[in-house]
Amino acid sequence: MLSLRAPLPSEHLDTLGRRPSVAAPAGARARGPCSSFVSSARLGRSFAAATDVAPREGEWELGGLPAGLRRDAMPRHVAVIMDGNARWARRRGLPTAAGHEAGVRSLRELIGLCCEWGIGVLTVFAFSSDNWVRPKAEIELLMGLFERVIKMELEKFMREGVKICLIGDSLKLPKSLQKLFADAEEMTRSNSRFQLIVAVSYSGKHDIVQACKTIARKVKDGHLELEDISERMIEQELETSCSEFPCPDLLIRTSGELRLSNFMLWQLAYAELFFAPALWPDFGKAELIEALLSYQQRQRRYGARVS
Amino acid sequence: MFMCMFLKCLEFGGHVCTNWRNLLVEHIMQHGSSSSSKFMGTICGFLRKCLFKALSAGPIPSHIAFIMDGNRRYAKRRNLAEGDGHRAGFSSLMTILGCCYDLGIQHTTVYAFSIDNFKRRPDEVQCLMDLMVEKIEELLKTGSVLDQYGIRISFIGNLKLLNENVQIAAEKAMKATASNNKAVLLICVAYTSRDEIVHAIERSCEQKLDEANAFAGNEEIKVMTGQLDELEVPTSPSNCGVKRVKEVEMKNGNFKHVEQGSHQEKSDDIEKKHKYPFIKLVDIEKNMYMAVAPDPDIVIRSSGETRLSNFLLWQTAYCPLYTPEALWPDMGLWHLVWAVLSFQRSYSYLQKKKKRL
Repeated sequence: MLSLRAPLPSEHLDTLGRRPSVAAPAGARARGPCSSFVSSARLGRSFAAATDVAPREGEWELGGLPAGLRRDAMPRHVAVIMDGNARWARRRGLPTAAGHEAGVRSLRELIGLCCEWGIGVLTVFAFSSDNWVRPKAEIELLMGLFERVIKMELEKFMREGVKICLIGDSLKLPKSLQKLFADAEEMTRSNSRFQLIVAVSYSGKHDIVQACKTIARKVKDGHLELEDISERMIEQELETSCSEFPCPDLLIRTSGELRLSNFMLWQLAYAELFFAPALWPDFGKAELIEALLSYQQRQRRYGARVS
Repeated sequence: MFMCMFLKCLEFGGHVCTNWRNLLVEHIMQHGSSSSSKFMGTICGFLRKCLFKALSAGPIPSHIAFIMDGNRRYAKRRNLAEGDGHRAGFSSLMTILGCCYDLGIQHTTVYAFSIDNFKRRPDEVQCLMDLMVEKIEELLKTGSVLDQYGIRISFIGNLKLLNENVQIAAEKAMKATASNNKAVLLICVAYTSRDEIVHAIERSCEQKLDEANAFAGNEEIKVMTGQLDELEVPTSPSNCGVKRVKEVEMKNGNFKHVEQGSHQEKSDDIEKKHKYPFIKLVDIEKNMYMAVAPDPDIVIRSSGETRLSNFLLWQTAYCPLYTPEALWPDMGLWHLVWAVLSFQRSYSYLQKKKKRL
């Protein structure tokens, strides 16, 4: 956790934009003006498209935790705002597509680590309702990327017991992607080992409004009294009711931005927030360990006092 | 690199100035307001004015929200009674408010007491309620910071949960300052954002129900007078079920559907097609307690905790959160300056994003 709570300027990072890693391989050093700040933990990463790079081998089995992390204090639900793909690509003189492809690799690694370390639910902010203002070409690229990744990973999700859920205004997505998500949700419905919630075309405010509309209809039709409207009722109507643990314990936002950007506003009321300076494609095991260590050191009081 | 070093210096400077301020206060209390103390005060005031002038060259936030965390820890570290920590927190609040309004920040919101805080020990809750009444009375005296800056006070929250004497004091303060128009202080008491949203939804449902009943009444009249052959009324619980009816009967004030149609449409489409009143985002927003002010530009939480604790969840959707390590009673001018500088650094980027939305 940064004492200043401000993002580190990008000039602190090497030309590949990486931060110091907890477990750097011995002898490997990054080149660049700030090499003393950086290890080369992920220098070997290529810029190949996600479709050309094979997924991680091996099962996502529950394994031992890195030193310092306690299993009894692991968050049940982690949410991530995956920010920084475009900046990552820009810094390397690459097209935006390369940034998003690199982001997919980070996501894949994160899912595997969550499974291994016993985190039950992971929600990722893949595409905001505000992102529809982006250039059409980028949107088409992203929609295409989502389709390719789901098709590629579905078999592994079935094998590993991963349940996938989509939240967001799916009607705005291409029909083929809507169908793909629906099929993926159906196929993985009975999986129970790990839940991946993908927020696409999602808005925290819209989530609350749609819950409100459902409740309003129940009131109008006489199934509910106004006085019966409660926090619990609203929570049950939110899109995250697809999960047994709808509220994240920990939110991680990458790239140093210090805001929620209309993500899961209701659900994040008591979440611990961790703002990581690394850009999303550079967020890996070391950064996740740092976030989890920070989370485990915090005292969650929920407004009461802890003696 | 340079910005990071500058911010580090600013934070260090903040600690130093806080210590100097405490020393000055201690000195004045020991020696009275001697000429040397007055001179130091004048110098500090002049430097502060210069600093604010420099800051004003850039964009100034119009609304800052504070989560005032750390009073009890402050008291514990100094072996003070818990109540003294809250009193020190109040002094810090007055200092910060003065800085905000001198800088031209028009709206300030503070998270004074959460609904969750009722879970604390009854004696601490009572102490806080008594302190609130005491400080409200103090603020209403002539010459206080409210008078000085022409501040209008609003108490935001589920005020019915408060003790009666606190409610009365709050009402009195709001009434007494209603005509002030230079700046606004919003004090969140018995507040949580989720409770605010529930309240906004209740009010929105109530309003739409009234509109819907009026609408249905008009449509029924049209059916009965032959202007409409049938009535389409969205039903619950599904989001996409509509029954088509040929007759409408009023029974106990409700519509009775006597024939079921064969096709379905999304309720929203039916509602829009027939201009049936339905809840929109603006309905919820206008019924929020915080509808009296624009959304904050910055949220600052003291004591280093990085969470919102159910504060202004709706209103801070796009707002940066700054979390200095200082406990609330140690917060001062420099922390505010640092937050404003950070705001100015990301201002043009955020404005561009807002325009695109």
